[in-house]
Amino acid sequence: MSYTKRLNKIYAVLIFIFLYAPIAVLILFSFNDSNSTGVLTGFSLKWYRELLSDEATMTALKNTLILAVSSSLLATLIGTAAAVGINKMKNKYLVGAVNTVTNIPMMNPDIVTGISLMLLFVFVGGIVNSSNSLNFWTVLIAHITFNLPYVILNVLPKLRSMDRHLPEAALDLGCTPLQSFFKVELPAIMPGVISGLIMAFTLSLDDFVISYFTVGNGFETLPIRIYSMTKKRVTPDMYALSTLIFIVILALLLLSNFVGERDAAKKVGKKKGAKK
Amino acid sequence: MKKRSLLSQAAAAPHIVWSVLFIIAPLLFVAYYALTDADGNFTLSNFGSLFTAEYLEIFLRSACFAFLATVICLVIAYPVAYFISKTSPKTQKLLIVLVMLPQWMNFLIRTYSWMAILEDTGIINTVLGWVGLGPVHMINTAGAVILGMVYNFLPYMILPIYTSLSKLDPRFVEASADLGCNAFGTLLHVILPLSRSGIISGITMVFVPSISTFYISQKLGGGNFDLIGDTIERQFQSAYNYNLGAAISFVLMVLIIVSMTVMNRFGEEEGGVVA
Repeated sequence: MSYTKRLNKIYAVLIFIFLYAPIAVLILFSFNDSNSTGVLTGFSLKWYRELLSDEATMTALKNTLILAVSSSLLATLIGTAAAVGINKMKNKYLVGAVNTVTNIPMMNPDIVTGISLMLLFVFVGGIVNSSNSLNFWTVLIAHITFNLPYVILNVLPKLRSMDRHLPEAALDLGCTPLQSFFKVELPAIMPGVISGLIMAFTLSLDDFVISYFTVGNGFETLPIRIYSMTKKRVTPDMYALSTLIFIVILALLLLSNFVGERDAAKKVGKKKGAKK
Repeated sequence: MKKRSLLSQAAAAPHIVWSVLFIIAPLLFVAYYALTDADGNFTLSNFGSLFTAEYLEIFLRSACFAFLATVICLVIAYPVAYFISKTSPKTQKLLIVLVMLPQWMNFLIRTYSWMAILEDTGIINTVLGWVGLGPVHMINTAGAVILGMVYNFLPYMILPIYTSLSKLDPRFVEASADLGCNAFGTLLHVILPLSRSGIISGITMVFVPSISTFYISQKLGGGNFDLIGDTIERQFQSAYNYNLGAAISFVLMVLIIVSMTVMNRFGEEEGGVVA
């Protein structure tokens, strides 16, 4: 038994080595002295310095953040409202139709979502005779579109598992429907809304394929900049950037884990208190 | 009361309008472009030109690579998911975060990093050189492309399988053992069927991005292994033949729908045999 257990552990470790090998390589070579990605010549921070002085990359980073924040916020707004509406729908054919259409961007390959939106934008741009039919607004629309299903997917289960009597009670006690939504329903579904927002934000941050087809020349996001750089030979300042992003994400994950555990502890405490 | 219910249903209206404008309309445009020529006249020649050896080879190659990558992912991921589901709840949480963490790094950079590992003068061959072996030619081979797919999409296989395994009631496993099933029998007749939903969503989440990728094949295949994604990308970003690109995308969608239907049917049959 312990023999197979050890074998299992070795196997799991091997898989994790496989998953992290390219990342380890990235981090290692971001501190490399030369611009080789095959031979380590010595330790240096010069790629980090170079990164900070690279204006195009910094602009791309800023653009990516603007896009991710605005698209995730808008998608959360539209998506949460949509979940509320879908939850109230009685006609099962309507619910089925809405759900099917909502899930299309999730099921379709990214490249198809990307080119389908591009065709729409190019066609409309052709009608209004616009010289650049692809720009910040088109990529924003594209990001909201692929973020929406993930927001709805996160919010809808929370609405369904919520006690239906709560909003009714609020109405009976004289709340207007809007008040009841903001004071009773929204707090109850907040965890779903937040996780939808975070998911949308990270998807938007990381998206390359859909942005690649829906963005024009004037607006460059980080993944698109990375793509155009990998067409030639990547310089290790991209490695430096990835290392920094990796560290930030690691810190965020640790933090959210910590907050989550604290919240869980609080909840347990509350429940215990209620029982008393 | 009815009025109020209608009012709250209307909250979905912006989303419905959005879906019609930016999900349904774009797909109709794919069909429109696929069925017209550059001047906007109806034609079937876009589809006709796909029935040539050149394109059939690309479709076949993409399907083969995606199939192999999916099978490899499944074989690798299942034991990992099982192992994770057997650890303590706290460890489970940590391990799942560790599985997903690489996905938060830009996938272009991760794929590029594999180039540095696999190159003829890359890391593996450097290490092999130290012990007097190699060099082994790995980059720009079919194996490298499939490795890139497996690497990039493996977490999407581990996660859903883990989810369904962690929901599995351990009493079923105990019951199976009590009734005289050996470990392998329990795996085959109890654990595997009960984690079917996880396996199916894992397969979907690996197969769809694998069959439609274009970056992995460009970087790790050195342009020697054109996939469907590459041909679509070329039509839209360099050849500017939107009509042909739309037709290829249309075929890709159909290909995916067909394989998913076949798989779901297969999954149901499997369930039938077991039940």
